[in-house]
Amino acid sequence: MSNGPVLDVDHVSVAFAGREVLDDVSFQVQASEFTGLIGSNGVGKTTLLRSVLGLQRIDRGEIRVNGAPLSRHARVLGYVPQKVSLDPDVPVRARDFVALGLDAHRFGFSRRTKDERQLVEQMLMDVDAERFADTRVGSLSGGEQQRILIAHALISQPSLLLLDEPLANLDPKSVEEVVSLLHRVAKDHGVAVLLSAHEMNSLLPVMDRIVYLTNGRAASGTTDEVVRSDVLSTLYGHHVDVLKLHGRVFVVAQPSESDVEIPEHSTLTIE
Amino acid sequence: MATFLFEPGFFSSGPVHVALVIGAVSAVVTGVVGVFTVLRGQSFAGHALTDVATTGGSASFFYGLTPLLGFLGAGVLGAGAMDLVGVQRLRGRDIATGVVLGVATGVAALYLYLDTTKSATTGAAQQVLFGSIFTLDSSTIPVVAVLSVVTLALIASIYRPLLLSSLSADLAAARGISVRAVGLLFMLALAISVGLSSIAIGSILSTALLIGPAATSLRLTRSLRRAFAFAAVIGVAATWLGVLFAYDSYYWFPSSQGLPVSFFIVLLVFLAYVASGLHPIPRALKRARLDGHAAAAQRVR
Repeated sequence: MSNGPVLDVDHVSVAFAGREVLDDVSFQVQASEFTGLIGSNGVGKTTLLRSVLGLQRIDRGEIRVNGAPLSRHARVLGYVPQKVSLDPDVPVRARDFVALGLDAHRFGFSRRTKDERQLVEQMLMDVDAERFADTRVGSLSGGEQQRILIAHALISQPSLLLLDEPLANLDPKSVEEVVSLLHRVAKDHGVAVLLSAHEMNSLLPVMDRIVYLTNGRAASGTTDEVVRSDVLSTLYGHHVDVLKLHGRVFVVAQPSESDVEIPEHSTLTIE
Repeated sequence: MATFLFEPGFFSSGPVHVALVIGAVSAVVTGVVGVFTVLRGQSFAGHALTDVATTGGSASFFYGLTPLLGFLGAGVLGAGAMDLVGVQRLRGRDIATGVVLGVATGVAALYLYLDTTKSATTGAAQQVLFGSIFTLDSSTIPVVAVLSVVTLALIASIYRPLLLSSLSADLAAARGISVRAVGLLFMLALAISVGLSSIAIGSILSTALLIGPAATSLRLTRSLRRAFAFAAVIGVAATWLGVLFAYDSYYWFPSSQGLPVSFFIVLLVFLAYVASGLHPIPRALKRARLDGHAAAAQRVR
């Protein structure tokens, strides 16, 4: 079991009101790997993550975490949702929010032990958040809040961390900071990461594998295996070109009703 | 001084004792529950429960039952109804609350009308809607005490799951917390606390005691624990001063016509809230001064 994948999404389909949001999606996430779940808005990334968390009923297929079928994955999964709107008036400090990641499921009103408080302190340090540990979560900037949410998700020592569009709405500098922080923290804690994003370039340096999602269908593998004109054209159902320019990747659709003769499946690389 | 502040007989009056005890106990519970109500953005649901309590109070008056029973029974039923209609979904909240509120107020109108025709006075309406803390019997105290302990124990036992699901339902659900069950238990606590403050200051006005002290305390502190304590203290202070002023007001006018307790309590709660709004001014000044220090330090460097 320890050598198997952390997450095994096996022929999963989900339909909303007759429309297939996920159509026979299969991929795996290996232990300690960084996997990017890439696709434009509305292709089912959130639905997929919510399915893994058990918050969304799946119509067909199976999802296994550490080999165990889906029931309550709560303890082995860390989750950073797409949007946590916190009011600046809410009197919960960043520190308290991280601590809730440790014991929010616990009933009763016991004081946290010294070990638990140390763990919170360590976690705050790991995500470089000591500076604003005593600020209200609601008044933190997007990037700062993201760090706190990551610390909240990681403190329960999950084997897989799921992040839903954590880079959306961040300025380029914060994007870079959050990505390298995630990469470092995941390596340190031995946690596998499954991160959804609509743009892959900021993730290329850290991504071990990619799951490319479109029209409810997915292709997965290493970036070189997946981000290719032939693979993505099959996935999209129409011709797309892949341009690689100075280490960045662009997926370009064929102009509609174009008279221009386009060569079959061109993956153009400019170094 | 003392006789100026406390009119004769204040401390020896039985009804005053009962009013002070019940007022304080219900203010503590309502304050604590109120903080979560404000955090969860459920002020509207809280207000709807007070209308539901009005229905119960007016009905119990008609059937000759004790008002507390009516307030509580209706509140708990109302909380359950709101959950069924969909109060646990964010978008469903307002709709569920509005639907239940509408029905409850309609039924309350019926019973208040029947109460008036039965007793041929408007006393029932006045008592149910605006409270009559001086007419409470001392035998109510043990009941109120038990309900308060139960409610506070309930909140304490679900404190962390409730807090996380109030901050983010998604995060809580992902942790395996049953957001709906926690929400329902909270609505139960809310219903009981509305019932308690209804007998003190009347069902319609109990919103003021629920939201006012909580909103005030949330402005004053950045620690949640302190927010609970502040809300309770503000509630108790407003209630006790309200009782005092109402008692004293019998001596203010030559006609010996006292003013209602509820009026004073609600006024004091409102003034506290307004005063807390003035708080950011000194804080802004302090920040400006700190910035000045920082700038000076920078120049030195």
